[in-house]
Amino acid sequence: MSTTLLSIDHLTMRFGGLTAVNDLSFAVRKGEITALIGPNGAGKTTVFNCITGFYKPTEGMMTLRHANGRDFLLERMPDHEINWKAKVARTFQNIRLFSGMTVLENLLVAQHNPLMVASGFSILGIFGVKSFKAKEKEAVEHAVYWLEKAGLMDRADDPAGDLPYGDQRRLEIARAMCTRPTLLCLDEPAAGLNPKESADLNALLMTIRKDHDTSILLIEHDMSVVMKISDHIVVLDYGVKISDGTPDFVKNDPKVIAAYLGVEDDESLEAIR
Amino acid sequence: MAESQNGAPKGAVDLGAAIKDSLIATLVMFGLSVPILALRTDQNMENRLILEPRWHYVWIACALVFVGRLLLTLFVWNKGAKIVTKKAATPSDLANAIRPYLGRIGLILIIAYPMVALSITGPQGSIKWIDNFGIQILIYIMLGWGLNIVVGLAGLLDLGYVAFYAVGAYSYAIIATNVIPATIPSLGFWSFWICLPISGLLAAFWGVLLGFPVLRLRGDYLAIVTLAFGEIIRLILINWIAFSNGYAGISSIPRPSFFGIPFNASDVGFAARFGIEFSPIHRTIFLYYVILALALLTAFVTLKLRRLPVGRAWEALREDEIACRSLGINTVSTKLTAFAIGAMFGGFAGCFFAARQGFISPESFVFLESAQILAIVVLGGMGSLIGVVISSIALVGGIEILRELDFLKQVFGPNFDPAQFRMLIFGSAMVVMMLWKPRGLVSKREPTIFLKERKSISGSFVKEGHG
Repeated sequence: MSTTLLSIDHLTMRFGGLTAVNDLSFAVRKGEITALIGPNGAGKTTVFNCITGFYKPTEGMMTLRHANGRDFLLERMPDHEINWKAKVARTFQNIRLFSGMTVLENLLVAQHNPLMVASGFSILGIFGVKSFKAKEKEAVEHAVYWLEKAGLMDRADDPAGDLPYGDQRRLEIARAMCTRPTLLCLDEPAAGLNPKESADLNALLMTIRKDHDTSILLIEHDMSVVMKISDHIVVLDYGVKISDGTPDFVKNDPKVIAAYLGVEDDESLEAIR
Repeated sequence: MAESQNGAPKGAVDLGAAIKDSLIATLVMFGLSVPILALRTDQNMENRLILEPRWHYVWIACALVFVGRLLLTLFVWNKGAKIVTKKAATPSDLANAIRPYLGRIGLILIIAYPMVALSITGPQGSIKWIDNFGIQILIYIMLGWGLNIVVGLAGLLDLGYVAFYAVGAYSYAIIATNVIPATIPSLGFWSFWICLPISGLLAAFWGVLLGFPVLRLRGDYLAIVTLAFGEIIRLILINWIAFSNGYAGISSIPRPSFFGIPFNASDVGFAARFGIEFSPIHRTIFLYYVILALALLTAFVTLKLRRLPVGRAWEALREDEIACRSLGINTVSTKLTAFAIGAMFGGFAGCFFAARQGFISPESFVFLESAQILAIVVLGGMGSLIGVVISSIALVGGIEILRELDFLKQVFGPNFDPAQFRMLIFGSAMVVMMLWKPRGLVSKREPTIFLKERKSISGSFVKEGHG
């Protein structure tokens, strides 16, 4: 059993009278791919937005533990620090690339913070200090590494908005990986991909898990992706966790089957009688 | 054309064919014009019918046809052919050859401009050309470049930019007329050079001050608050009479010195020190180079910053703010630096404006100024430095030149004053421009870094910013 990277405890998110997530607890273990699944409107993206700091949860605690033993309480951190300090990166359900910037520029923006420090908060950078040039070169090399992994080397100097949809998905993941995260949150990475692109994506995710010290938490509707690559699945329905375990366990859990396929409606049957 | 003969024979063939084609057209014109234009029947003093030869009309018509036909085949009609064949051979080889040097040529022209104006129109006549055209346009270029950081790069729509211009101008005016004479009067001749950085810093401070409350606002809401900010500054300047002397403004502001040497007719003045005859044009030319240097500083800093992480963060902010936050970019400090640096250059320009005018009043800092600077940035193409230059020359210089068009009086009658139509022309020009080129004159975005090949990015991918 590997160690816990992120533990979510009693997470509750209310929007006015609506409880989107209700007393949710689960753990993301180090080096694993954890999938968060559930029918539409189950509150999966809300959980993501809480973890990455876009929402402040109404109740609950989210603790991220780094390998060096340092703990981060995500619910208390502003969103940009969750990426920069706690090293959580994310992608979006509707792709959010910097479409007017080139693919390479997108990957350099992702390395903003280390470069900002290297440029002496721009003051040294204006005078073209050598140490900054070296750091920038390093950043470009890092970007090239991820371009190769994502199979986008040929498009490095093209505007991101000009890429086909599948490439944009992979670029968004590559951009998130350029921030050197310990936890990568993917919001429906396979949505709208054809089988070929879907296979490319699986391959990319498997390399990330194999070669990097990055654990993955993903939301996905495409069960072929979920069952193939995830080690651990959490099922949500109406903001409540209904199942949690290995793919095989979840697949056969009657509660999951009921949530996805609907139960035989005993109550309505009774009403007819 | 030697190059095109080696590289792309098609271009050379095109030129030869075009000349032949034009010659044929000229011949047709000649044949037509000889009976029609060349001879005219007229009556002479003795009421006799005579033939009056008018061969010069024929030559003019033939020349027009030749040149026009040649230009049309080379530049206009050739475009269609290029699209069909998808050939890289461009019709304008000359334009392509010049393009890399365009910036340098422009710079040399701008540096040489006051000397050329001086030698053509003399010391009296050239003041108008250097001051009204040169300095005025350069002030707007600098303001445009400053606002370009906020609007063009960071995508924050700022309708109150003139407020920072006012802060800069009043900083200089008040420090130079009140503070320095009261404390260290011996610094008098240096006051412009001391106040220039102070004005910039104060304007940057006000930029940050404006930035804080509008951080959470986007789009229309941001525009309205910045508009209000501009008006607040103007109304304070009007109503706080003890501070700014209200509508009456501040007069007798010290003029800039040549690094401590004043421009006057005295023994220690510029003319006496350098052993030349005193003339007010010296100061005008000096002012021209000061604003040119300030504007170039703005351009230099902008170009540098664009290639630094902060500049990329500005552009990323314009493209997608939420993605920025997910990548660990502190959007608060990024927006504030954009406001501060943009405002700082506005402050520099304001300081210069006060020193050049010698008199300032709140009348100079009305909303119309903000609108004009924004129009320059939008018309030039958001984020483009060269676009701002072109649109400043067109908008500011174009309006000035209307005052010079006296010959229009001969067409429209002596009561016609072209200067009164400038706003009408200005407005219709804007409408036409926005229909023809909705993304501005230079809509392409140049990438800040490239791996293999620098490719301009079409304006259709670049976002205008949402806040």
